[in-house]
Amino acid sequence: MADVITYREAVAEGIARELRSDRSVVLLGEDIGAAGGVFKTTAGLFAEFGPERIWDTPISEQAILGMAMGAAMTGLRPVAEIMFSDFFACCWDYLANEIPKMRYMTGGQVTVPLVVRTANGGGLGFGAQHSQAVENWTLTIPGLKIVAPSTPADVIGLMAAAIRSDDPVVFFEHKGLFATKGETAPDGHVVPLGQAAIARAGADVTIVGLAATVPMALTAAGRLAEDGISAEVVDLRCLVPLDMRTVLGSVGRTSRLVIVEENPYQGGWGGTVASIVADEGFELLDAPIRRVAAACVPLPFADALEQQVIPTVEKVITAVRSLTEY
Amino acid sequence: MTAPGAVSAIGADELLALYQQMAVIRRTEKAAHDLFLAGLVKGTTHLASGHEAIAVGASAALRPDDYVFATYRGHHHAMARGASPAECLAELMSKATGVCHAKGGSMHLTKASAGMLGSYAIVGAHLPMAAGAAWSARLRGTGQVAVAFFGDGATNIGAFHEALNIAAVWALPVLFICENNLYMEYTPIGSVTAVANPAADRAPSYGIPAEVIDGNDVVVVADAVGRAAERARSGHGPTVLEARTYRHFGHSRTDPATYRPEEEVREWMRRDPLDIAITRLTALGVPAESVALADELAAQVVTEAVAAARAAPAADPAEALTDVWADGGSAWRT
Repeated sequence: MADVITYREAVAEGIARELRSDRSVVLLGEDIGAAGGVFKTTAGLFAEFGPERIWDTPISEQAILGMAMGAAMTGLRPVAEIMFSDFFACCWDYLANEIPKMRYMTGGQVTVPLVVRTANGGGLGFGAQHSQAVENWTLTIPGLKIVAPSTPADVIGLMAAAIRSDDPVVFFEHKGLFATKGETAPDGHVVPLGQAAIARAGADVTIVGLAATVPMALTAAGRLAEDGISAEVVDLRCLVPLDMRTVLGSVGRTSRLVIVEENPYQGGWGGTVASIVADEGFELLDAPIRRVAAACVPLPFADALEQQVIPTVEKVITAVRSLTEY
Repeated sequence: MTAPGAVSAIGADELLALYQQMAVIRRTEKAAHDLFLAGLVKGTTHLASGHEAIAVGASAALRPDDYVFATYRGHHHAMARGASPAECLAELMSKATGVCHAKGGSMHLTKASAGMLGSYAIVGAHLPMAAGAAWSARLRGTGQVAVAFFGDGATNIGAFHEALNIAAVWALPVLFICENNLYMEYTPIGSVTAVANPAADRAPSYGIPAEVIDGNDVVVVADAVGRAAERARSGHGPTVLEARTYRHFGHSRTDPATYRPEEEVREWMRRDPLDIAITRLTALGVPAESVALADELAAQVVTEAVAAARAAPAADPAEALTDVWADGGSAWRT
């Protein structure tokens, strides 16, 4: 049986493998060195690789991403950490105007091979400014690749692909998954960017999830199976490149689609997936497309309130049942 | 302000070459202005006429492999680092031969092969990038320095302060060179900044040495940048240089700059960087004919550049969907 590790440990393991194999990989961020990161996702890296590879920064999100960009343009492969994804708003210029546009604006003269890692998502009671799922923010910007793994093995395999990518990658690590466990990945494991996974095969309905909504969808699928409803779960893994071939293939088999996304319904990534299915897969469908997304309010603090706002297993089950009744 | 050094490394021959480079930039900017008025340049332009000595002087003091980051007022830096007037004008004119294939425009001139790593149109955004390039140079052990040129207005934006702090803490080989032309767009910098020298007076709070210099004297600029670069290369960290200068045009194409007092304009026009260079050349014994020849050669370069840019083919529409990703394409989904 393969070794089991946590999602949190997989982050450090995935980065460590790349640090070992490529001298141009360097890390920068707040508290990532001797402290090992506020989520302990860089634990052990400072001890193994030292201060010339692992750099603690001031609380200066613009400097972190701006410096990562300058370093990426001049021969390094920086991996920058923005502690909470909510803080993207503090350095949004770099994510929206600088990093994704540089290659294009210069007519291909410059490449920007960097990774921006960040802890994303809710369910832990951190309140409105430390709990958001903001993958949809980055999806509005052409020029960023977007990764959001759901399992420890995928964390390792996608981290390898992200760091080796010559394009800028935003790597969302879900806070609610840090303590979850799964099989580790063998040496050399790489999951190419833009390849969705069928996390569970099924025949009656397709549930598309990303990061924390994948285990949520799998739990829902397990309960639905008890009632004879066979749900297929697609783990998107990435929003860019977006593997619509796998989604459309699955909808072709099931004829029903539920999208489960943690970001708000307004402007959420599920709207893009739904529009492509409506456009290119309309004749595959036997029922409307349902989106289970966060309510369009700031995230509240109390658990009882937060559960009202973000997707839950119950909400996924309700959405699936509403379609299978068609 | 630092007085012109009595002894400079810049001799007569080199100074004449720098003068000619400044003359090429001056004439290219005039050509850009005329082409705009003729309707052949769309969008906007932020001309650097008056700022030539900063780009040319700094470039003369840098190594060819050093990195330069500039602002949307960056034509002079692109040309000082080796972009040709023809490819710059072609970029402004939306031509296929533009230095960025007409995908960047006036505000984003870039010549990466010459270490000119971009012109940035979000004020102050590139200061952390220059610090990052300097960090990279240090980690790779190349001895390169990085230079960020920015306007006085950038000294009031957060990225300026974040960049200075981290560059000082990490002792990075980076030069922060402020082109203080006294106005942040239309507003006097002095009316929105509590200190007299917006860049230099902030530097001490980050533990960075700073110098206010005459940005219209190419020799003064070259000497100051040479000292700062040497300091950076020898591991002593960043320097802030505040080069005082003046725009000959308004902030951008649509700005007649009527907010500037006439007497101030007259005073600064008397301090034209090209005239200051001529005074120095004369003092070094360079005959007037040599200066006239340099002017002639500069005029010829720019005349040919305008002709080449005019004759170049328009941007290829197919280019609109290339070069988002490193594989050359723009595919975002299957």
